Amino acid sequence: MTPVDSGIASAAANGLCSCHVCRLVSRRSRFSRHEHCPRCGATLHFRKPGSVQRCWALVIASYILYIPANLLVMMETGSLINYRKDTIVSGVVHLWKTGSWMIAVIVFIASVAIPLLKLFSLTFLLISVQRRSHWRPRQRTRLFRLLEAVGRWSMLDIYVVTLLAALVQLGSLAVVKAGPAAVAFGAVVVLTMFATMQFDPRLIWDPLQKEDIHD
Amino acid sequence: MADRPAQLIACHECDLLQRDIPLNPGCTASCRRCGAVLYRNATDSINRTLAYTLAAGILFLVANSFPIFSIEVSGDRSAITLFGAVHALWEQGVRTISVMVFITAIVVPCLELFSLTALLLPLKLGFVPPSYTLFMRTLQFIEPWGMVEVFMLGVLVSLVKLTNNFRVIPGFALYSFGLLTLLIAAAAASFSARDIWNRLDEMLGEEEL
Repeated sequence: MTPVDSGIASAAANGLCSCHVCRLVSRRSRFSRHEHCPRCGATLHFRKPGSVQRCWALVIASYILYIPANLLVMMETGSLINYRKDTIVSGVVHLWKTGSWMIAVIVFIASVAIPLLKLFSLTFLLISVQRRSHWRPRQRTRLFRLLEAVGRWSMLDIYVVTLLAALVQLGSLAVVKAGPAAVAFGAVVVLTMFATMQFDPRLIWDPLQKEDIHD
Repeated sequence: MADRPAQLIACHECDLLQRDIPLNPGCTASCRRCGAVLYRNATDSINRTLAYTLAAGILFLVANSFPIFSIEVSGDRSAITLFGAVHALWEQGVRTISVMVFITAIVVPCLELFSLTALLLPLKLGFVPPSYTLFMRTLQFIEPWGMVEVFMLGVLVSLVKLTNNFRVIPGFALYSFGLLTLLIAAAAASFSARDIWNRLDEMLGEEEL
């Protein structure tokens, strides 16, 4: 790709704005409040409005909900011979001990590693953006891209609980019930996905620009 | 109305202003500063995406009408469909989870396939799709929430968990979901929003003349 002019220039620094729906680049005045994309009619923003504040709010809410999601019971399994209550982590340990170590690893990645990775990474990205850090913008953008790609896989445990709880309803023989942690964990997944959507990766690059951009 | 500088694009991840250049088939344009994929030259995007979408639509109906799997305990058999699972959870009072599964595994894939068909079929037949901005926005908005492939993995994990205690009989929908996952991935890989906007620009330009 050839950069426009010889210097490195962002669209916003040139008073140009890329539509978030159709990506058409059009000129936008700094001062008028609402301008619309000439092609698709979407409201134009230089940057996602309130990105950092909204992202922080969602991340903090996720941290809080992460506690009950891990302490409460995710799934209750009852049958004639045994009865167990599993949290997310004890469920993984149980899978490992009963020999399904492949499944244990998959569930561990989806339910423990990915949510933690998302929360810590978003916190790190938010702090670095607020400090207007110049540190490795390319790697930070890559981290954000990773978060966008893996976030959805955390829903795995929710689907497993749903299928088991719906299928195994055999009265006294065997019963599986979804526990309260399922709701908290589901909320963590949804909130962190919203948080990732709210974060604007262009903010990582703005401090490298000479001109300040306000929107 | 703002004026339209021709052939400029801004990277959606770092906002670097760059020139839009034509690509060879199968090639990808990446941002020179942050490495984000800017656009691809997806071969025959509209035709291929439409074909995958229509096939996925049919499989989606099949996958939702048959049991995914069933278990058998001392002669008693218990089978489950996707909607049956959502309904059962609702009845058990775990409504938040029930709604989440309903939206991510049924509503969003359904909307996605419908919007794609509503956009691509008219384009293929040579007229401007009605309310195309609405469908393009819908597609973009719901894109992260369609989770058929995650659901498929969930089905496989449940299958392994169940085989420890029960005799599990795989159902017809299990295979349909597997195939549906592949078709949706294929549709997503051949889909190019840029091609659609370009085609719309051409068609609307002709109408003005």
